[in-house]
Amino acid sequence: MADAQIKAAVTEEAEVARAKAARTYWLRLIVAAVGFLIVVSIANRYSGGSFLQPSNLIRVLRQITYEAILAFGQTFVIITAGIDLSVGSLVSLTGVVMALVANASGLHGFPLIAVTLLCGLAVGALAGWVNALPVVKLNLPPFITTLAMMLMALGLSYKLAGGRPIPVIPPDFENIGYGTIGPIPIVVVWMIAIAVIASVLLMRTRFGRYVFALGGNEEAARLAGIGVGRVKTLVYVISGICAAFVGFLLMANFSSGSPNTGTGDELLESIAAVVVGGTSLMGGRGSIVGTFFGALLIGVLYNVMNLIGVESYTQKIVLGAVILLAVILDELRKRYIQR
Amino acid sequence: MRDIGKSFPGVRALDGVTLDLYAGEVLALVGENGAGKSTLMKILAGAYQADQGLIEIDGRRVQIDNPRAAERLGVGMIYQEFNLVPALDAIENITLGEEPQRGIFLDKKRAAEMASSALAELGITLPVSVEVFRLSVAQQQMVEIAKALLKKARIIVMDEPTAALTGREIERLFAVIAKLKAAGNGIIYISHRLEELPRVADRITVLRDGRVIETRPLRDFPPDEMVRAMVGRKLEFHFPDLPAIAVDAPVELSVSHLVRAPLVNDVSFEVKAGEILGIAGLVGAGRSEIARAIAGADIPQSGTIRVGNRPVRIGSPSDGIEAGIAFITEDRKSQGLVLGMPVRENITLAHLEDFVNREHLVDRRKETAAAAKFITELKIRTPSPEQLVRNLSGGNQQKVVLAKWLVGAAKVFLFDEPTRGIDVGSKAEIYGLMVELAKRGAAIVMISSDLPEVLGMSHCILVVRDGRIVANLPRSEATPDRIITIAAGAAA
Repeated sequence: MADAQIKAAVTEEAEVARAKAARTYWLRLIVAAVGFLIVVSIANRYSGGSFLQPSNLIRVLRQITYEAILAFGQTFVIITAGIDLSVGSLVSLTGVVMALVANASGLHGFPLIAVTLLCGLAVGALAGWVNALPVVKLNLPPFITTLAMMLMALGLSYKLAGGRPIPVIPPDFENIGYGTIGPIPIVVVWMIAIAVIASVLLMRTRFGRYVFALGGNEEAARLAGIGVGRVKTLVYVISGICAAFVGFLLMANFSSGSPNTGTGDELLESIAAVVVGGTSLMGGRGSIVGTFFGALLIGVLYNVMNLIGVESYTQKIVLGAVILLAVILDELRKRYIQR
Repeated sequence: MRDIGKSFPGVRALDGVTLDLYAGEVLALVGENGAGKSTLMKILAGAYQADQGLIEIDGRRVQIDNPRAAERLGVGMIYQEFNLVPALDAIENITLGEEPQRGIFLDKKRAAEMASSALAELGITLPVSVEVFRLSVAQQQMVEIAKALLKKARIIVMDEPTAALTGREIERLFAVIAKLKAAGNGIIYISHRLEELPRVADRITVLRDGRVIETRPLRDFPPDEMVRAMVGRKLEFHFPDLPAIAVDAPVELSVSHLVRAPLVNDVSFEVKAGEILGIAGLVGAGRSEIARAIAGADIPQSGTIRVGNRPVRIGSPSDGIEAGIAFITEDRKSQGLVLGMPVRENITLAHLEDFVNREHLVDRRKETAAAAKFITELKIRTPSPEQLVRNLSGGNQQKVVLAKWLVGAAKVFLFDEPTRGIDVGSKAEIYGLMVELAKRGAAIVMISSDLPEVLGMSHCILVVRDGRIVANLPRSEATPDRIITIAAGAAA
């Protein structure tokens, strides 16, 4: 084919691809906007207008904070085609450790908060490193290593706490747990800050690019000279650190470190938020923004169901159905685009 | 198949294709990548639906909506990447979906009989009760064919069946095809290797740009006309002239006493700047393993490697890259590319440190500029740098792999099967590029199973057998016969 012909063909193909990309983008936006409007208007109508009250919207953000932060860390792990089952237990463990440190340190004010937080983050990071070690060195499945960590961390937190919540004696944490900046709770500010940092890390740095490459094709990534083991270790460390942050915020909120805090739905809801947010469990695809909206969708659902008086057993059924529906819709959308 | 048409977004993949296959014949389907061969066969196998046209089998119009329907109608597909369950043995794979039962239990004895009778029909013996992933590629292929026979396939489609086979295995495959033919089956044989067609095909159909260009009996279709029909213009395939190596050219890559058990045994050789060194040998002789050990994909146990004049210690792929060694692997899909990433991100992957701004963030504009430059220079056919590599054709994927290694300042290029499975046009472009690299003073090692390629593109040829270098021939002394004789282990 002559060069001119190639060029013509290339521009034509480029046009088609651009049109397709634009179509994809608008389709996503329209589906998301319409879905959101429907949910909001139904919610608002049945709740007698209380859903759209600013105080309620802030409450939604407040409620999704912990799951969302766990989900941000989990997003990194899942993009590498891994999974971290230990995050719930790590919330408990780091919470207990931080309560013990805070009570024993004898510090006050900022040094107290800093030392406590750093100890918690160190425990979370260490646990993440332990999670990754057998995955990196022996190629064991992360499902197993993090399952083991889930049990060990939980057992350890009960042991350290003697089986009951440890009240935090210094009052310095209360502002973090309950305080607000203007109308916005401080914990929400933390969540947004972590989301921004995580998103920049994932989308704009070499490390983030390597996370995607590793999930897309590990062998190609290795042969491209990428330190695959280091990247893998780091994603579990990040997940552990996110869990420690949640442990910190919950400890501040309850003024106690309890081995029971992370044993509820935190783990599964964080995974659900990641998946609803469009991250592939097969690895190689995903985003923090998507995860945030996944968490937000789950939060809005709970909130709306509370407002209109759906009792909690039914809430679970609805939530499960919505997660399934969201994933099915995403799959159908992808198929439509491929045509 | 009559007047078959199929469109994908932006592409008319097939445009009124008509194809006849008679019982007891082998119809070869040839054409460049992207000519529509695979699409056409996927329609026959029920993996795609045609937008127009109809399919008749034994004169009856049939509807093939899904792979099961194709199976019931007697269409058997042997894809290039087999459809076997790796952890099941040959018996279980051959009878998959047709398992004989006694009551609600599997009848293992009967299954074994069925499998061995299918294999006997092909005149083949292979270990039937080990997991198929332990079998050789050729044996796995036979398992696939036996599976198709058991499903009573009368139309058997083989997609590039010889691509991963050695000479002897190809002979055996041709014998099996002859048996299938004699039993009255119709066979559609897709291949890039025109030189093997006289051995198997009865008739040849050439596809180009989704249309049938010509169908002729083999004896009325000389190879040069075939190539012309494929590429649409007269193309006398000849290799580019190799640049002469400067008399005072320094040794760029020197390997001595390299060992990595079991397939790299005391390997020593040198490549000068501007030289292309070909490595020939049978599949499994250790050719790729030598390249892998040099590049750090496998870690060598002993021996020294020098690049330029510096000895380099290579303990990982990143050490190899740092030393200036680029390794273009034989399997681009599993080792060379991240298929779900765009062209831009694949090109910059190995040298991302060169694409960060002052804040250590990845600079997309810089990346896009580099990608755009290589897309133009290497004539990569892609709608944009953002296209996922998965959606490109084989030749264009290979160019993306090349671009990835051209980003860095590599002085040594190891090409492992650089033109496997890509079309004639891209092949010529890749040869041109290798010559260009040599002119700029790179040292090139090229491993290939394609003898004309090794002979046409190397200054010097090493022959490898059992992980050892058994001959070092200058181009002027190398002939196909000589290389094959040495590679197969007869006296040199």
